[in-house]
Amino acid sequence: MLTDLSLADILKGLEARSFSSVEVTDAFLGAIDALNPRINAFITVDGQGARAAAAEADRRRAAGEAGALLGVPVAIKDLFCTEGVRTTAASRILQHFVPPYESGVTARMKRDGAVFLGKTNLDEFAMGSSNLTSAFGPVENPWKRRGDDAVLVPGGSSGGSAAAVAAGLAPGATGTDTGGSIRQPAAFCGITGIKPTYGRCSRWGTIAFASSLDQAGPMARTVEDCAILLGSMAGFDLLDSTSADVPVPDYRAACGANPRGLRIGIPKEYHADGLPAEIEALWRQGIEWLRDAGCEIVDVSLPHTKYGLATYYIVAPAECSSNLARYDGVRFGERVPGEDLIELYERTRAAGFGEEVKRRILIGTYVLSAGYYDAYYLKAQKVRSLILRDFTEAFGRVDALLTPTAPSAAFAAGQKFDDPIKMYLNDVFTVPASMAGVPGISVPAGLDASGLPLGLQLLGPHFGEERLFSLGAALERAAGFTHRPALRAGIPAGAAA
Amino acid sequence: MPLDTATVRRIARLARIGITDDEAGRLQGELNGILGWVEQLSEIDVEGVQPLSGVGQAALRMREDKVTDGNKVDAVLSNAPERAGPFFAVPKVVE
Amino acid sequence: MSYEIERATGSWELVIGLEVHAQVISESKLFSGASASYGGEPNSHVSLVDAAFPGMLPVINRECVAQAVRTGLGLDARVNLESRFDRKNYFYADLPAGYQISQFTHPVIGAGKVEIELADGSRREIGVTRLHLEQDAGKSLHDQSPDSSHIDLNRAGVGLMEIVSEPDMRSPEEAGAYLRKLRTILRYLGTCDGNMEEGSMRADVNVSVRKAGEPFRTRCEIKNVNSIRFVMQAIEVEARRQVAIWESGSAVDQETRLFDPQRGETRALRSKEDAHDYRYFPDPDLLPLVLEREWVDRLRAELPELPDAKRRRLAEEYGIPDYDASVLVAEKPVAAFFETVAKGRDARLASNWMLGDLFAALNRTGRGIENSPVSAESLGGLLDLIADGTINGRIAKDVFEEMVETGDGAGVIVERKGLRQVTDSGAIDAAIEQVLGAHGDKLAEFRAGKDKLFGFFVGQVMKATGGKGNPALVNAALKARLAS
Repeated sequence: MLTDLSLADILKGLEARSFSSVEVTDAFLGAIDALNPRINAFITVDGQGARAAAAEADRRRAAGEAGALLGVPVAIKDLFCTEGVRTTAASRILQHFVPPYESGVTARMKRDGAVFLGKTNLDEFAMGSSNLTSAFGPVENPWKRRGDDAVLVPGGSSGGSAAAVAAGLAPGATGTDTGGSIRQPAAFCGITGIKPTYGRCSRWGTIAFASSLDQAGPMARTVEDCAILLGSMAGFDLLDSTSADVPVPDYRAACGANPRGLRIGIPKEYHADGLPAEIEALWRQGIEWLRDAGCEIVDVSLPHTKYGLATYYIVAPAECSSNLARYDGVRFGERVPGEDLIELYERTRAAGFGEEVKRRILIGTYVLSAGYYDAYYLKAQKVRSLILRDFTEAFGRVDALLTPTAPSAAFAAGQKFDDPIKMYLNDVFTVPASMAGVPGISVPAGLDASGLPLGLQLLGPHFGEERLFSLGAALERAAGFTHRPALRAGIPAGAAA
Repeated sequence: MPLDTATVRRIARLARIGITDDEAGRLQGELNGILGWVEQLSEIDVEGVQPLSGVGQAALRMREDKVTDGNKVDAVLSNAPERAGPFFAVPKVVE
Repeated sequence: MSYEIERATGSWELVIGLEVHAQVISESKLFSGASASYGGEPNSHVSLVDAAFPGMLPVINRECVAQAVRTGLGLDARVNLESRFDRKNYFYADLPAGYQISQFTHPVIGAGKVEIELADGSRREIGVTRLHLEQDAGKSLHDQSPDSSHIDLNRAGVGLMEIVSEPDMRSPEEAGAYLRKLRTILRYLGTCDGNMEEGSMRADVNVSVRKAGEPFRTRCEIKNVNSIRFVMQAIEVEARRQVAIWESGSAVDQETRLFDPQRGETRALRSKEDAHDYRYFPDPDLLPLVLEREWVDRLRAELPELPDAKRRRLAEEYGIPDYDASVLVAEKPVAAFFETVAKGRDARLASNWMLGDLFAALNRTGRGIENSPVSAESLGGLLDLIADGTINGRIAKDVFEEMVETGDGAGVIVERKGLRQVTDSGAIDAAIEQVLGAHGDKLAEFRAGKDKLFGFFVGQVMKATGGKGNPALVNAALKARLAS
């Protein structure tokens, strides 16, 4: 079945003319038609645009043109502005917003011939770890606990992308990661996702959550597929002052590089209190796999790990409170009229933003306000320096770090939603790397006792993506993770559990 | 230093988010929970530590002074909730 | 010069500081590629960055940074090789992002100074605290419709330099002199056109009063005053208002006020309940601004001669009075005009002609030096005719007026009107004989010892030559004739 193919195999098939882009695109659009009403992974499906792009890709290929993603259908997180295609950030306030521009990342993918199936669901403005905060409704994780049809969250914020890829509605997707928003949903949905080094992918045209942390990256079923996608997404952009002027290496080739001899650090602080035994066990298993692959295992310490989350929940809300000020009902987006300008602002923003977004804007406003800046924001940015120093020192001794991706498998909607802090704890293992701007990849490594996927995370130094692809591919080979979720293309929706 | 509802209202006002009395009460609890939780940072000694400013590169790139953009009134106004000819329109502001 | 407000309790001294917003001269905006030029159709000089569309990001314009550095160097200020951009957060209809990118804690330019000159010729140094770069806001138009305001973002994102002075000024006159001098420096540097009417230079004025020897008292800020005259008026009325409050036993509230030139008063801005809390923090979309020393040195080497240096040079090189030099350098084109006229000529004469007849003519015709009815070359030509004796000084005045009138060169006018000086001794002698013959009585009185009648005879002889007699020759010939 076409929807079961990896992105690499789709490329191979297109090159061999085994099938056309229109055929493979139609297969995925069909799967979306069948499954999306249930899992709600897409906010907007652009069947017409996708078919037209696929036909164009077929024409180009027939004309002898090539392209790294020529004719490959992909899903785009609805945080990337796409020209002429509604872009919502899963927020009511942007529910009718149609950008007259294409984001830097998606423009590169289009240049390389990618076919966009549609825009995937997310936590509103990428704020969340569950996809429960979307104004377009939650996403259902295609995975089910064994013998239990309970709806589980796909993780977040790139939950729509993760669910779409896991369920076979797209062979790959873009995500963004601010504190774990690619890696955690990838782990929850049994797929691979990489958050590249901060500055690796352009932020231009991607709706901002926290500017010093936001970073786009790919999500796909295999490490190699992620490498193919990142090769297209990454690159220098003059329009983003924080974009890195660093050449894009051949990530796909890096997947085949032998990791023998690399030194892998095991940070002791990630042995968190209350970490489920099966996650500890999987981690130990991962260590063994890398040892077997010829890596040297070294214990390291990242002493400020435990402060990562608290630091994150000051810095990210502070930046978001400022970044989201532009949604004021004046130039774009929804507006609720008011007697005067202030009333218009207050009504527009009260109605346009959901509870979690408001909560974070208020926290961010507070920590930046007069008299509190030093105690909160400045302090957090200093702690952030210490977190970065932890990583810099660790990477002076080791080539990469291995940790679990998340402290649990996917949980049921409602299970943690009553307490914001409990929800925030999901990101405990992913946030420190975000704070330091270093790259991290999550690779599905096994199932828990109830049959849900668990991920392992590899972290590397700045611009160490090639090493992560090499190590990730080694983990992938060793784990041999071939499990698929209950809900997926080709399986009748009612057949789950 | 727990927030009182007056502070919650002041913050909401600064952020231009209208909140009801009920919401102010609920938000007070939630925000205090979060602020109490981040209080853990006070354990850390940051004496002499510089705040992080940008991860990765050190210095800002500068562009050349050329007119490369603009003259796209239609795009600029394409999503305006209310416009008056070539302008955005808002309720009358009295200064 | 001292300026104090006298009251029964003693005299009050003024303490004044100025924050000047000067629009940077550049092709494009501070952080976007849209045109920074004035005017244009509404919302046409606007990029999606300026309109703060989702995902749009700022990229800094090198020329705006260079202009700030040049200005800093012109103010003899420290250039900070590392500075930062911060966000100043507040909501307003013409502030698209909900924040202004500015420099709060680490400005690009540190402490500098401006030397001002007062009417009595004394000079004072006014400290400049800092200069930083920031974005201008858009424009809200309130008079286009009865129930809505219209927003034009053409100005949104244009580069501004905010130049903050120390509270060093003590009188409205000093504040006026500071603004004029600052404007002169900006114009010399070509970093701001200094046009206050178009709003490309605006001032916020901080005023407080105190008794001699006291520490500072509470100050008020008068926002957005748009002419030097209004700045001086606003200071005066605000100081009187504050003195009256203190004298009545109350205290001045620290607040932001507006100056109403029609009513000649300042009034508090409304909406105090909404006290500003700008929540400044470093803009995470921008990295620290790091300047290379070599680049700054190159900008320094390329700086034009600045007004103070030019004043000293003109006085020294051309031997003109210091006062004349300081008037001539107030505008760069005036100084250039002077140098063209004075090169190789009598510089004092050149300066006198410019400060006298030329300035009067400019005033009268409402023209600036750039389109003066008499070019520097023409004025030089006139001076040459005086120097070589073709015309005398008296006739030169008439020739100059004719030049203003017609735009013709001095030589053309002299020939056309036959104004050449009479140097022919025969003609002069004939005129003398005619005058002495006509005034026998006066001649008798002179001979009887009334010496001062000599001047009368000179005047009459000049008149007889139609004003064209060479004064020296007339003098000498008359003296000889009367002595005989």
